[in-house]
Order: sequence, then C-alpha cells, then structure tokens
Amino acid sequence: MNIHKKFPNFLSKFKTSKKRLSGDSVFKAIVMLLACNIFLILGLMIFKIAQSSWLSIQTYGINFLWGTTWQPFPPNPSTLPSFGALPLIWGTLVTSAIALFLGVPISLGIALALSEFAPKRFNYIFSFFVELLSAIPSVIYGLWGIFVLIPFLQYNVFPILQVTLGFSPIFQGTIRGPSVLTGGIVLAIMIIPTVSAISRDIFAAVPNSQREAIIALGATRWEKARIVMSYGRSGVIGAIMLGLGRAVGETMAVTMVIGNSFNMFTSLFEPGSTLASIVANEFTEASSPPVYISALMEVGLILFALAIIVNASARLIIWRSTRKLKEAEMIR
Amino acid sequence: MRSYTFRKIKNGIIVSLAYMALIVALIPLASILIETILRGLPAMNLSFFFEEISPLGEPSGGIGPAIQGTLIVVALASIIGIPIGVLSGIYLAEFRQSEIASIARFLNDVLTNVPSIVLGIFGWTLIVVAIGWSVIAGAVALAIMMVPIVTRTTEEAIKLVPITIREAAIALGVPQWKTTLTVVLSSAKKGIATGILLAVARISGETAPLLLTILGSRFWFSGFTEPTAALPLAVFNFSQLPIDWPRAWGASLTLIFMILLINIIIRYVTREKYG
Repeated sequence: MNIHKKFPNFLSKFKTSKKRLSGDSVFKAIVMLLACNIFLILGLMIFKIAQSSWLSIQTYGINFLWGTTWQPFPPNPSTLPSFGALPLIWGTLVTSAIALFLGVPISLGIALALSEFAPKRFNYIFSFFVELLSAIPSVIYGLWGIFVLIPFLQYNVFPILQVTLGFSPIFQGTIRGPSVLTGGIVLAIMIIPTVSAISRDIFAAVPNSQREAIIALGATRWEKARIVMSYGRSGVIGAIMLGLGRAVGETMAVTMVIGNSFNMFTSLFEPGSTLASIVANEFTEASSPPVYISALMEVGLILFALAIIVNASARLIIWRSTRKLKEAEMIR
Repeated sequence: MRSYTFRKIKNGIIVSLAYMALIVALIPLASILIETILRGLPAMNLSFFFEEISPLGEPSGGIGPAIQGTLIVVALASIIGIPIGVLSGIYLAEFRQSEIASIARFLNDVLTNVPSIVLGIFGWTLIVVAIGWSVIAGAVALAIMMVPIVTRTTEEAIKLVPITIREAAIALGVPQWKTTLTVVLSSAKKGIATGILLAVARISGETAPLLLTILGSRFWFSGFTEPTAALPLAVFNFSQLPIDWPRAWGASLTLIFMILLINIIIRYVTREKYG
C-alpha cells in the first residue's frame, strides 16, 4: 500500500524543513543579539565613563595620575581646583596587598582542608559557610568593621604590632582605628570566599592518578597536598588574581573603615583612601564645579581599567590552566 | 632521606594549620551574624518595618520605605536582567562552538567582576544625567550586575542537560528552537532558578551602585523617575551618626535575613543534585 495514500501529510512533514530552518535561524538571531549585548554594555560603559571624565583628562592630562593634591575647593577661589590620583592609587595598591598577604594563605589552607584533608560530609557544611561569607553584603562588613573590628584591632592588636614590629616605618606613628591596615584586614576577610572556592575547585580538578601515584610511594597527606598544589599552580594564581580584582574594586566596606583622608601615608596606622572609596564618599557632594565630578569620573575610569586588566588576566590564567587539566584527564 | 617521624610531625602541623585556617575564616562570619542579631533585634518592632524613615539624628521612625524601595528596585532589575541573562546563556550553551560565543563568554566573565561602584558611575552617566536620580537608573545598574551571573549559571545548567533528552525531542520532529525552549529549558530549570536567585541575593545587598543612582530618600516610593530609599543605603546612612546606630543594626538584620532566606532557598533547590 502506498504510504502517500494512507498518510497524505506524512512526507509533507519532511518538506517543511525549510520553514523549520527559518524558525531556527530566527531563534538563533534573537539569542545571538541578546548575547551580543555584552559587547554593547562594555563598549557603552567605556565610552560614557570616558566621555564624562573628558573635562578632567583635558584639564589635568597625564599629571592626574601622579598628582598628590586633591583640592576641589581651593582656598583662593580664583585658582583652579587641583586633582591628582596618586594617593588613591597608592591606597588601593597597599590595601589590596595587605588583603592578599593575609587572605591568600588562609584561603589556600581552607581549599586544601576541604579538597584534601577533610571528609566529604564536612566539606558540604563548610562550603555552605564559606558561601555565606560571600553572601553578606559589603555594607554590613563595613558596619561590623566600625563596631567590632575597629575597637578590637585598635586596643588589642595594633599596640602589640607596634611594640613588636615598630622598628619598621609601616608600623610607626599614632594608632588610629579607621586606618589603611583596618581596610586591608576587612578586604582580606572579603576575598577569602572567592580565592578559597576557586582554589578548591582547581584542586578538585587535579586528576586522582596524581594522588594515587604519590600515595603509593608512601607520601603523607601534606606531601600529597603539595603535589596537588604544584599541579594546580597556575589555576591558583588565577584565583589569587581574581581575589585581587575583588579587593581593588571593593567599595562600601573600605569606605566605612579606611578613614577617608587624602594623603600619601607611610604608616599603615594612618587613614587613607582608595580609588573606589573616594568616589563613594565624595560623589553625592560633588554638586558644584563640573571639573570635580569629572575628576571623580576619571578616578572611576582608572579603577575600571585596573579592574579589567586584573580580571581579564585572571580569567585567561584560570582558563588556560583548566584546559591543561582537562587535556591531562583526556590523555589519561 | 628524612626520618618518618619528622615527616609525620610536619604533616600533622600543616594539616592542623589548614583546619585552623578554616576556623579563622569562620570567626568573622560567626561574629557578623551574632552581632547583627544581638544588636539588631532590640531595634525591631512592628512599626519599625512599616513607618517612614525619620531624619538622620532622630532615630524614632522605621525603615518601611527602604524595604519597599529595595523590593521595587530589585524587582525592576530582575525584569530587565533575567530575560537578557537567560537568553544569552542559551546562546552561549547552544552555540558554544562559535567564535562570538567564546569572546562573549570571556567578556561576560570580565563584566562579572567589574567593581560595583563603576556600574554606579555608569548608571549615573547613562541615566541620572538625563532624567535625574531615579529608580530606573538604579534598576539598570543592578540589572547590568545581574546579567553576567544569570548568563553564566544558565549556560552551565544547560550544558548539564543530557544529550539524549535533546535527541529524543529532535527525533520526534520538534524543531531545534522549540527543543531548546521547551525540553532543554525545562530540564535545566532548577539550575537556572538557582542562578537567578543567586543574582537576586547578590544585587539586593549592593550599596555602591545605588549610592550614585537612586540617591536614597526618607519617603515612600513616589514614581520610577524619582529617588527612592533602599535597605543597604539606609544601613550606610545610619552608620554615620552614633545616635542612629541601633537602627543601622536593625536595617542590617532585615537585609541579612532577606539574603540568607534566598541562600537557604538556593540550598533547598539544589539539595537533590548533590544528594
């Protein structure tokens, strides 16, 4: 019996493939357009922020980067307000360095404990807590910093630091609660979830054959962990860079504990400012001279550029290292 | 060769240091939660949630407008951000081989980590300059923050859908776009929901972008082109004067409670996956 007679529409179903194709291509075009919004967003961001800071770029030129004065309202009204971002860049670099110095060892310890040492059940509970740490809003870190961390550090930790390490200039001078060191410590707490979670994933991706091999040679747990760490080294560097990216851009918590003073500090007990904190702190006041707003925009532009460089290189490193790990897995 | 005892001791020290790192990291968490609860609870009563915000320095009113403002801004940001995020995620997962997809994925990851204050500046230059401090500006800034998170988690969720399910649908003659929108999306819906909740939790606590866009206010919501209050902004403003500190903690507790609730829902949604 002829199939066409019994099911007249049967073969015509296959003929509609052209129509089907067009449905697919419409769908593809829609989702592609939406995915391409990312180019639009980033492009527009760079354009708009650069445009707003154009006045400041024109007025102060490259000197903006290493100027050390910040006078939006000069004492003599006939002179131009002067702006220079060097102390802000310095503050950002120093607080981020403190954050990495304190946060990275702790994060690596957590990552190793969770991926290599602790039993699985333990792992689940602690990952939850570490995730909670990253879920707490930064403004609450700031409030906690003001109330709990600053008094604790000011009366219990900083005096000891000054007595023991006071020979070096970075621990000299009057002890203040809101200071660069406090800002760095808050940042260290805030980058721990990022760095530890990514490092743990990297360690977990190290092929088990590596562990089995070294255990078969009679290694202790730490010796096994060392092999795992050296195997995932580049990924861990990426994780640290990502933590650095977070530290560089963190705004509210730092604004609330760093003391917000514009100076080229040498002692970590002095108050300071970062690129992000000055924008948050001064922006709503920046109503009068347009060049003031423009200068703050340029600070934002520097921060944006810094963050993109740090994060893009972090992603590239992580991406390359996970690809390497995956290839190793495939060969096996 | 070092002696076995030496290696054993070294191992013991380092393993306990690693566990100690775990505990050290949990101290701030415990301290933040305990302090917020202990200091926040006394500030709370029924009127605290429903009254207008009194001026700074007169800590008698509530935080009603801040709760309302946060809900409105986050809802508006979600309406803008979720469809864009989910559909871009679909593109990245379904056409993952294409050149555009890999560049977009990379930029998406970069955008995830753009400092939130920069998003605030962007919202200011894009919208506030044109129409003034407004709910819309805040929602756009938060939506931009949300899109990369939703995109990424949607992509990961769709990649986890077994190829057999897709093949089954295509074998039944369902066109590919319909397969994606019905079969694939519905098997990935748990993962996508998790991503959306994660993004909502993340943006509800953001202060820096709101500081430059919705400005803050003491009154109830009065239109999408007007400034409005928000919980994180209220916490920040209250933290400036000692007399306002009790209600700063009250607002913090409310905010933390909202965010923890979302996180617990996420845990509940994803629980089955890990058994």
